[in-house]
Amino acid sequence: MIDDGFRLFPEQASTLAPRVDALYFFLLGVAVFFTVLIAALIVYFSIKYRRGNTKVDRAPSHEGGHAFGLEITWMVVPLVISMTIFAWGASLYFLEYRPPAGALEVRVVGKQWMWKFQHPDGRREINALHVPLGQPVKLMMISEDVIHSMYVPAFRIKRDVLPGRYSSCWFEATRAGEFHLFCAEYCGTNHSRMIGRVVVVEPADYQAWLGGGKSNLPPAEAGKRLFEDLRCVTCHVPLGATGRCPPLDNLYGHQVKLSNGQTVTADDDYLRESILQPGAKLVVGYPTLMPSFDGQVDEEQLIQLLAYIKSLARPAPAEAPP
Amino acid sequence: MAEVHAPGTPRALAHQFDDLEQQHQADELGMWLFLSTEIMFFGGLFLAYTIYRTQDEAAFAAASHELDLFLGTVNTVVLLGSSLTMALAVFAAENLQRRKLVLLLMATMVLGCVFLGVKGFEYYHKYEHGLMPLLGLPFDWPGPSPGHAEMFFDLYFLMTGVHALHMLIGLGVLCVLLIKASRGRLLGDFSAPVHLTGLYWHFVDIVWVFLFPLLYLIGAR
Amino acid sequence: MTTIIAPETAAPPDPNQPPRQHYLNAGYTVRSWLLTTDHKRIAILFLVSITFFFVVGGLAATVVRLDLMTPQADLVQTETYNKLFTAHGVMMVFFFLIPSIPSVLGNFLVPLMLGARDLAFPRLNLLSWYVYTIGGLFTLYAMLAGGVDTGWTFYTPYSSTYSNTYVMATAVGIFITGFSSILTGLNFIVTIHKMRAPGLTWFRLPLFIWSIYATSIIMVLGTPVLAISLLLVAMERLLKIGIFDPKLGGDPILFQHLFWFYSHPAVYIMILPSMGVVSEIVPCFCRKRPFGYAFIGFSSFAIAVFSFLVWGHHLFVSGQSIYGGMVFSLLSYLVAIPSAVKVFNWTATLHKGSISFDTPMLYALGFIGLFTMGGLTGLFVAALAVDVHVHDTYFIVAHFHYIMVGGAVMGYLGGIHYWWPKISGRLYPEGWARLSAILIFFGFNLTFFPQYILGYLGMPRRYHVYPEEFQLLNVMSSAGASILALGYFFPLSYLLWSLRFGKIAPPNPWRAAGLEWQTPSPPPTENFAETPVVVDEAYDYQRIDGFAVAGSGAAASPRSHREESTHG
Repeated sequence: MIDDGFRLFPEQASTLAPRVDALYFFLLGVAVFFTVLIAALIVYFSIKYRRGNTKVDRAPSHEGGHAFGLEITWMVVPLVISMTIFAWGASLYFLEYRPPAGALEVRVVGKQWMWKFQHPDGRREINALHVPLGQPVKLMMISEDVIHSMYVPAFRIKRDVLPGRYSSCWFEATRAGEFHLFCAEYCGTNHSRMIGRVVVVEPADYQAWLGGGKSNLPPAEAGKRLFEDLRCVTCHVPLGATGRCPPLDNLYGHQVKLSNGQTVTADDDYLRESILQPGAKLVVGYPTLMPSFDGQVDEEQLIQLLAYIKSLARPAPAEAPP
Repeated sequence: MAEVHAPGTPRALAHQFDDLEQQHQADELGMWLFLSTEIMFFGGLFLAYTIYRTQDEAAFAAASHELDLFLGTVNTVVLLGSSLTMALAVFAAENLQRRKLVLLLMATMVLGCVFLGVKGFEYYHKYEHGLMPLLGLPFDWPGPSPGHAEMFFDLYFLMTGVHALHMLIGLGVLCVLLIKASRGRLLGDFSAPVHLTGLYWHFVDIVWVFLFPLLYLIGAR
Repeated sequence: MTTIIAPETAAPPDPNQPPRQHYLNAGYTVRSWLLTTDHKRIAILFLVSITFFFVVGGLAATVVRLDLMTPQADLVQTETYNKLFTAHGVMMVFFFLIPSIPSVLGNFLVPLMLGARDLAFPRLNLLSWYVYTIGGLFTLYAMLAGGVDTGWTFYTPYSSTYSNTYVMATAVGIFITGFSSILTGLNFIVTIHKMRAPGLTWFRLPLFIWSIYATSIIMVLGTPVLAISLLLVAMERLLKIGIFDPKLGGDPILFQHLFWFYSHPAVYIMILPSMGVVSEIVPCFCRKRPFGYAFIGFSSFAIAVFSFLVWGHHLFVSGQSIYGGMVFSLLSYLVAIPSAVKVFNWTATLHKGSISFDTPMLYALGFIGLFTMGGLTGLFVAALAVDVHVHDTYFIVAHFHYIMVGGAVMGYLGGIHYWWPKISGRLYPEGWARLSAILIFFGFNLTFFPQYILGYLGMPRRYHVYPEEFQLLNVMSSAGASILALGYFFPLSYLLWSLRFGKIAPPNPWRAAGLEWQTPSPPPTENFAETPVVVDEAYDYQRIDGFAVAGSGAAASPRSHREESTHG
């Protein structure tokens, strides 16, 4: 069960959490210091220079170059402090949004008002996410309708889940247990019920759990089957044979030359667009033959097709097979 | 902007100003500030245009070729012509030439109406050819990436529509000026409204000068 | 309502003082109010209107806070809850906070402080009120007809495609009201440039004028961008086009960029005028020139300029590029510097002052404290990694309420009390006023401080039902809100009471510097019997107090220093 005791500070359950909290405590220190400083000065001056107090010296002090020095001081000091915070925050931000190589990839589809997850071996779950302890997990997310936001407070991660575009985040859990999962971007009536839990278990238990459910095909295999069912295979023939369409072998993650002279990287968003709007970015040397699959495949099937295309790529350095 | 201070003969100077010089400066500064808000307003549309055009320049060029370059050019000439007559009208008002002022205001309005008429014809033409993706109307696009082409036409109708709305407002103001001018007002010290409307009219004209190449002239024909 | 008040104020109980013409007794008919071009009367019209919308927005907040006392949805249904927090946000942001100080105090004071007879464009000024009222009523209609549930941010594609509520009507209402901001800002800029009294150079201007000028720049340049973004949402719903809809090739993030390009600067529309008010109050109740006049003045401009460059810090988790996020974070820290400069300068002004603690000063000191806390938590949310955690949680809610309520509203109330004798010609009851200032300060902190903790714990905003462990802090917050509501009720009551029963105000009850105090209270329709000529620097309290002790008159108007402060 999720620990629902009263607390003033959230649990730390990911490798990131203590690092974000360190910055948070530094900020808290800065904030408390300046709040106390200003409050103390106000109280001190208010008492000392209250109108009734006639015994105090109010003669204007030498406010000239002295005052200018003060002004410069209280511009430079906050600037130095805030640049420190900026650099610290930015370096953590890079870490946060750059998944490490070899992360376990879980596909996430958000829709009003539920979270759907699919694990690399194909097991699906709704509003709950099982992950192994001590292993980086990357969430590859897309929304079927409006903008949602994946938020796990105990992990200190959050990322908006957008319609029509993949976004991702990652974490590595450091504590077994159950943690809140919230939708953080207002998404309509039952926004506050679009919640779930993240269940962190020992890696062995995770494997056992994966085996426990009713078997789903792994996304890549489901994608392969879909690829055949949709007759994609009639045109997109393997490398070597000259097909009417660009070969998909070893495509993922590589540069593609387009008919308009531009070059793009064949990433998730490009491949998704090419399935839904084949004409948008044509590969050079191929005709506009492919029909649009917009409306014929849903977001989950798209993810499976992408997983299949990805599996056709030779093991790239950045992507290890799960 | 002159306010009637005392009953009887109207005064050019409003009560809150010390002299006409101050009043003219205030009027003019106010109008320029208003035009700066208009720049920011159109800026949002130009930003959207820029973003979507950079996403697929080829589709935008192809969609642009569906516009009628001849009519667009005619309209540009018409509108620039109306700016000329407007500028002459301001000159006439300042120099107390009532008849000339009335004629020039009328000419400006006629040219403005011609512009809107041509625009309306173009809209109808697009509607007939299924190139008006508004209100759920069908959008027939034979070429590649219909999505981006549709975005071009969305932006075309939005940008020219908002521009046309500004033209209509301008024509309304000109209409009021025309009535006043025909009654012998708006001359000399009282010419500020003509001058300010002129600034507005030129601004609307300049917006078109940007719209025309961005919508009609992109991509080699 | 206001027409009934006028005769009361006009009746002079002091037999030594002959009946005097002023702006309130210049006419008693409804027509004389609704067709007035007098900036002071228009300010009163705005005062009545924004108070109305403040009460409406406040009632929505009350229901929201009551409902949040329990984790379940028990008081209202979720649809209603969503409409209520949207109504609260829309009413408070667009119809109270943005017009509050500029349209009421700014309208009343800018010509007076400049020694002018009116704003440059009096009829545009009246139009501004009509535009505001029409927009407000339109929005209120949308709220009553069925409400809108998008949140005040109108994020697409929810607002443009999915919401089945009155998005169009609300967007149109806000769109219309935007023109009121534009007209007001334009009027102020022209007036400040062209209508200053002889001798009133830029560096002799009150700091309130500097901050209103900076605010006006934002109003004039920012509001049209909001207008076009809302127009695009409306067109998207009306014409079924897809500028922001990913299903039609649009980009929902573009809306967020456009929206925040206005709405972040809009935060400074709310806070900058309050800063100006505090910059007036603190020197007056310290009896000395503000420390670092030029630094306070220029920091207003720095804030106005930077405010246009930081909108992307609302999109750190939205999917903008991480390099974009980095740039916006850096720029956000730069906007912190001028804010810090102001706080330090106000504090330094207290040094060697002769400080009295009348109600306006209590509000000003409260403002400095709460704004400091709000500003410092701004450092948290601008820090990229921390923002990822607290974005869209109650931490954000607490942060912006510290700025907008702790800052903007405290400044507004301080200003209303400070200039009330000038506006109404009456003195308010000081004891009640101090009591409610203290109530508001404590009620505010009890309401919003727990929300910082809630936010860092991870409670997302706009949640109707929430996990049970958050209940205690929510109950504290709701308890604070009820104290806060009481605190707001008091000024509303005793200020109205003072219109009839308050003591007659002298022209300059605070013995304050500034041209507005050199004309009778309430001022005559033409503001000044003759255009004042300014020969002094701003805030020359040493000279004023010197003259007050010596009993001789001041340079510009001998009448202004006749009375001693009637407050104890």
